[in-house]
Amino acid sequence: MSSIAAPADAARRAPKRAIPGFGPTLGFTVFYLSVLVLIPLAGVFFRASGLGLEGLWNVLTGPRVLNALSLSFGAAFIAALINAVFGGVVAWVFVRYEFPGKRLLDAVIDLPFALPTAVAGIALTALYAPNGWIGELLTPLGIKVAYTRLGIIVALTFIGLPFVVRTVEPVLREVERDLEEAAATLGAMRWHTITRVILPAVLPALVTGFALSFARGVGEYGSVIFIAGNFPNVTEIAPLLITIKLDEYDYRGATAIAAAMLVISFVLLLVINLLQAWARRRA
Amino acid sequence: MTDISATAPLDPARLPFEPLMQRNAVISEAPWVRRTLIGVAILFLAGFLLLPLLSVFAAALGKGLGAYFASFNSADTQSAIRLTLIAAGIAVPANLVFGLCAAWAITKFEFRGKQFLITLIDLPFSVSPVVAGLIYILIFGAQGWAGPWFSAHDIKVVFAVPGIVLATIFVTFPFIARELIPLMQELGTDDEQAALSLGASGWQTFWHVTLPNVKWGLLYGVLLCNARAMGEFGAVSVVSGHIRGLTNTMPLHIEILYNDYQFVPAFAVASLLALLALVTLAAKSVLEWRFADQLAATRRH
Repeated sequence: MSSIAAPADAARRAPKRAIPGFGPTLGFTVFYLSVLVLIPLAGVFFRASGLGLEGLWNVLTGPRVLNALSLSFGAAFIAALINAVFGGVVAWVFVRYEFPGKRLLDAVIDLPFALPTAVAGIALTALYAPNGWIGELLTPLGIKVAYTRLGIIVALTFIGLPFVVRTVEPVLREVERDLEEAAATLGAMRWHTITRVILPAVLPALVTGFALSFARGVGEYGSVIFIAGNFPNVTEIAPLLITIKLDEYDYRGATAIAAAMLVISFVLLLVINLLQAWARRRA
Repeated sequence: MTDISATAPLDPARLPFEPLMQRNAVISEAPWVRRTLIGVAILFLAGFLLLPLLSVFAAALGKGLGAYFASFNSADTQSAIRLTLIAAGIAVPANLVFGLCAAWAITKFEFRGKQFLITLIDLPFSVSPVVAGLIYILIFGAQGWAGPWFSAHDIKVVFAVPGIVLATIFVTFPFIARELIPLMQELGTDDEQAALSLGASGWQTFWHVTLPNVKWGLLYGVLLCNARAMGEFGAVSVVSGHIRGLTNTMPLHIEILYNDYQFVPAFAVASLLALLALVTLAAKSVLEWRFADQLAATRRH
């Protein structure tokens, strides 16, 4: 395409920036982004700063808030770990093996992105309730999932699964099979090849997928509140506590929790970006 | 390797790479390992993804088709469906225009801070939906900065439709832009330069060159954006005020029905959204299979 010869005078008239529309499009982009996202988000920090450090500290160290925050982060962490393991296996199986129904399952992987969280929430609750399809099997074993912390982990695993699979898959596909052959030729056992050659290559993607899944899980609301049971201090997640504070017109409390969650998500976002830069350097 | 190159030396398309690799014992796993891994993957996906999906339809149809269709007769349900369509109908086009503008500015020009701008566009993905709702309450709510001004002029934002639209725009903000940016980056600016040098105007170049090049990627982004817009729960829940028949969207209506123990209607409304998700996934898969080369290679989701 680049070989189309422009008339000499047009080439001379064409300045460096031949494509029009830079000003309006960038202007609108920045305006829209500022009005809808940046200014409202900054508002949370402005409001939170109005509470003062002591006020913030008092809200955030209240036992109910601490319990909610540690539950949200703890459950999201465990769910992201489960996803890193099983998502890694799923990505491996999809990239390396052929089996019947593969295309269908490949399409279904993205279900948690497409299925509304409230629908996922009531569906998971129906499944894991003591009289549900899975709950029925687990109850005799003494395992309770619905209305316990286990249920929260199940919901967050559902929500976060595609992040790991979709991040690891393309990287795994790029792994040079020559390297594996070389390792095998040099006498490495298959297990050694996998742990020493393949795993290091996909590790950045795996960690990125883990971080994305974790970040999503921390803020998740819709799929959790149905299955959690929402008992204060036990199965009450941080986003739910924000809505409870709002319902009680405790705007200060809601703002303080929101500000804490935003700070932590921004740190996570930074970590994810650094991880991706790391992955690009290694690629 | 040698016998392959002997049989089909000049036709790389016919080189049977995959079958060769799978027969190659040194770089593949023992059959039992392979079968176990496939089994684990299928069980995990079936248990975590397919079963919940099935249970939605099973619960919705559990009392028969009559009860299923009767669920949609209620005026509140119908107004919830209407409001969801309105909110998505405003949020998706708004983000479409934004996505096209952002992608044009970012991919056709060089400027400082571009990477930072891309990160900022992604920002709403890392914000909890509840916080996304809260930020508009803090601005437009009764105790917010702009709240008194708006209520003095008798304009309701929070606990009304405008708030729901704003919250929906926020949570679906990055979808279309992030689909277009990698795609348009890959395509480069050669086509546009050619059109412009042949005398096309900026608009003509956009309509007749850029848009046809990115149409499938754009459709893909719109589909994902729409699915999320119609299904958003947390953000909308905070700003809606849950006024039945007025500010209830479909996901919020599901919650109300469910908490009222009206399970068949709750799952019936849920089944509509699950169907929307299935249609979205099917369309997405078809696009990926048929136009893989015209969708960006560097996509995360």
